[in-house]
Amino acid sequence: MPRYLLMVNHDNGVVDTGFSEWTPEEVAAHMSYYDALGRDLAESGEIVQFMGLADPRLARIVRSDGVSAPVVSDGPFPESKEVLAGFQVVDVESEARAVEIAARVSAVPGPGGVPIQQPIEVREVMQESGGDV
Amino acid sequence: MTSAAGQVEDLLRELAPQVLGTMVGRFGQFDACEDAVQEALLAAALHWPGEGVPENPRGWLLQTAGNRLRDQARSEQARRHREERVAREPAAPEAPARDDTLTLLFLCCHPALTPASAIALTLRAVGGLRTAEIARAYLVPEATMAQRISRAKQRIEAAGARFDLPGPETEEWQTRLASVLHVLYLLFSEGYAASAGPWLARADLSDEAIRLTRQVHRMLPRGEVGGLLALMLLTDARRPARTGPAGQLIPLAEQDRSRWDRHLIAEGTAILNQTMGSGRPGQYRLLAAIAALHDRAARAEDTDWPQIQAVYGLLEQVAPSPVVTLNRAVALAMVDGPGAGLALLATLGQPGGTLAGHHRLHAVRAHLYEMAGDVDTALTHYREAAALTTSIPEQRYLVERAARLHSNPPAQ
Repeated sequence: MPRYLLMVNHDNGVVDTGFSEWTPEEVAAHMSYYDALGRDLAESGEIVQFMGLADPRLARIVRSDGVSAPVVSDGPFPESKEVLAGFQVVDVESEARAVEIAARVSAVPGPGGVPIQQPIEVREVMQESGGDV
Repeated sequence: MTSAAGQVEDLLRELAPQVLGTMVGRFGQFDACEDAVQEALLAAALHWPGEGVPENPRGWLLQTAGNRLRDQARSEQARRHREERVAREPAAPEAPARDDTLTLLFLCCHPALTPASAIALTLRAVGGLRTAEIARAYLVPEATMAQRISRAKQRIEAAGARFDLPGPETEEWQTRLASVLHVLYLLFSEGYAASAGPWLARADLSDEAIRLTRQVHRMLPRGEVGGLLALMLLTDARRPARTGPAGQLIPLAEQDRSRWDRHLIAEGTAILNQTMGSGRPGQYRLLAAIAALHDRAARAEDTDWPQIQAVYGLLEQVAPSPVVTLNRAVALAMVDGPGAGLALLATLGQPGGTLAGHHRLHAVRAHLYEMAGDVDTALTHYREAAALTTSIPEQRYLVERAARLHSNPPAQ
């Protein structure tokens, strides 16, 4: 079956407030939506990995020429919306199914229960196996 | 599982490290002996439940494992040499009276290993868990865990570690015992911290740590071993109350104390009391004493904070660390008010300090500013702590805490 990487960036979709400005009920609804999604994908046997990444301030960028000591710098820039926040890897029947799962991720509820519509990037993963060539 | 199979499994897990310990003591070759013992255990697990447990189960396992080792040796290049050694060795109809579990544990927790390797090896060789089970508990592929265990065994052999204990009470013996206790404590903490959320399998790790520490304590009923066992029991007693129905963390002050396990508290307290008077208490006994003080309070407001603060002070002398000071600051705030706690924290958070920018420092500051009624500063620190933690349950707790404070700030 094809595998897809579903990526979400630090882009809050249509919402412009941080978690701590939501009500506790809104936060709890948001979290339990992800929990339910994770459970559903585990039960359907489609989830391979489900990971949130730690804050970009904890990130390091490493460059090395293989000879001298590697150059380690902070980054990426934490305010950027272009930075990866988390990802899922799913093993599914079709691209249509991957898109369906991505849509559920995107529709996670925010303040007032309104779906926050985060953009989810769907990327097919290269396979180790090959057919006849 | 039938009860016969369950009884056999318990017996095998008890005997596994004893048999492996004896084999390694006799033949060396940790790696080969472990494979042979695993095969013998598998044979026993298949035959004993149906055919009954032999009269001398340990002798049966030793004999079978010895045969497997001989078979392995035959099929390897160095067979002549090994066969001679095995042939010289009499068959073992009688199990030796000595229990080698402790020696094996000292070997698996050898200071030449990283804690992660030592834990994996201990779970496999002493705990008798299958590689697949350990891999599942640590959320890594089975092949990765198998390799980690195999590398650990090679490292021990390369370090020239011998299968014997250093002389009791020597400095090396103390160092090695400290390493064993450290590995067991890490194992317990991993299981305890992960008992929230979807990774319930990991909670078994703390049960396993308690089981192993009980074994060590039976063989070495001394101060710090008892302290560690008491600490585990007194902490584990709160496990049923530390998470809510959705897996969310519940802080000590808000836990339903009727759900604490009274039997574990009584047992832990009794063990801790037995250790008192056997020398100056070390870090595990002090941590156990703090756990006991919390467990003793029927309600959060009955907590004996002055006493807890004093014990943290002792701990700062015995095993100083920024985390200990952080905890003392919380206790101090409960005794003398949030201002006193924040003043103590100021020494930790200086630029370049160990905890500057650390999420736990932000989390404690947030609590203390909340206590002091400074909502805005508390929110800033809660947000920082939530952003910087790498633990999902902790992040949820901090975010919800901030949202609660933001929605319902206390009346000024």
